[in-house]
Amino acid sequence: MSATPTFAASTSRYRERLLEVYLVMGVLFGIVLTKGELVSWYRIEEALRFKGPYIYLVIASAFAVAAPGFALLKRRRARLTGEPIAIPPKVMGRGVRYVAGGALFGLGWGIVGACPGPLFALVGAGVGVMAVVCLAAVAGTWTYGYLRPRLPH
Amino acid sequence: MIGELLHRPWPWYVTGPLLGLVAVGLLAIGNKQLGVSSNLRHLCAAFVPGDVAYFRYDWRRAGLWNLVFLLGVVAGGFVGGVLLANAQPVAITPAAHASLATLGIQDFSGLVPRQLFNWHVLLTLRGFLMIVGGGFLIGFGTAYAGGCTSGHGITGLAALQLPSLIAVISFFVAGAAASVLLLPFLVPR
Repeated sequence: MSATPTFAASTSRYRERLLEVYLVMGVLFGIVLTKGELVSWYRIEEALRFKGPYIYLVIASAFAVAAPGFALLKRRRARLTGEPIAIPPKVMGRGVRYVAGGALFGLGWGIVGACPGPLFALVGAGVGVMAVVCLAAVAGTWTYGYLRPRLPH
Repeated sequence: MIGELLHRPWPWYVTGPLLGLVAVGLLAIGNKQLGVSSNLRHLCAAFVPGDVAYFRYDWRRAGLWNLVFLLGVVAGGFVGGVLLANAQPVAITPAAHASLATLGIQDFSGLVPRQLFNWHVLLTLRGFLMIVGGGFLIGFGTAYAGGCTSGHGITGLAALQLPSLIAVISFFVAGAAASVLLLPFLVPR
């Protein structure tokens, strides 16, 4: 190996270091989801039946931290990549996808009592049958991709 | 003493702000947006793209970071749900306890009721519909809506995006309807 790495080599090593950072962030997120009981079927069904404020307080306090955080970060550069920070706006269109897609997701969420992040965290937490829910979710996403040209958005 | 503290569940005012910090951290570190359901698309693109245009993109470039993040989520689930497991039942409100008892739930221990989430329920029609049907709807709906509780509920709302607010309202309304109207017919008995 040469002592002075080429640009390509240095950027690819950079990218690998970044992947480790994302792995750590994922572990942190998984711990928050489990210790914060967001993976708990009981907590989700409690919220969806309006029998307790826990989940709503979590979402409100996450917003209270993330919204000002995002506003402060705008037009700065990302620490590790140097990219300018920008959140591409979601295209509204006719809005059908947000209402219909949101509703279909909500039905599944209410039935299973877990959304995508918690589904994967629960596999790690030892609820093996959640892997079947994850696989069914991949099948659902694939079916959406297949039908996409025929669906209103 | 410290061991006992580590196993205790976190209150909302610790959990919520930390979720927000994860979203802010991903943006600050690498201009990445927290969103778990994109990984379902990346998994399709990586393993079963077929002839579908929606899965024909460079998933490594767009989503390798997120798949690695997802692997971390599974590992984090092991840390939080096994190593630091809370031995007590989740402290839901008495009203929630009463409401879920009407579904036939008797054992309130663990993160999910064992009565509902075990391999045997897959062999029942109700259990199959709950696990496979519910999972399918989650995958189809999040792809259609372009995000889930993390992508729309945390990232999209924090970025003050109206489409995300619409999606969040829609999935909470549908989730409430599913919990109250559908779940009683899907819980394996």
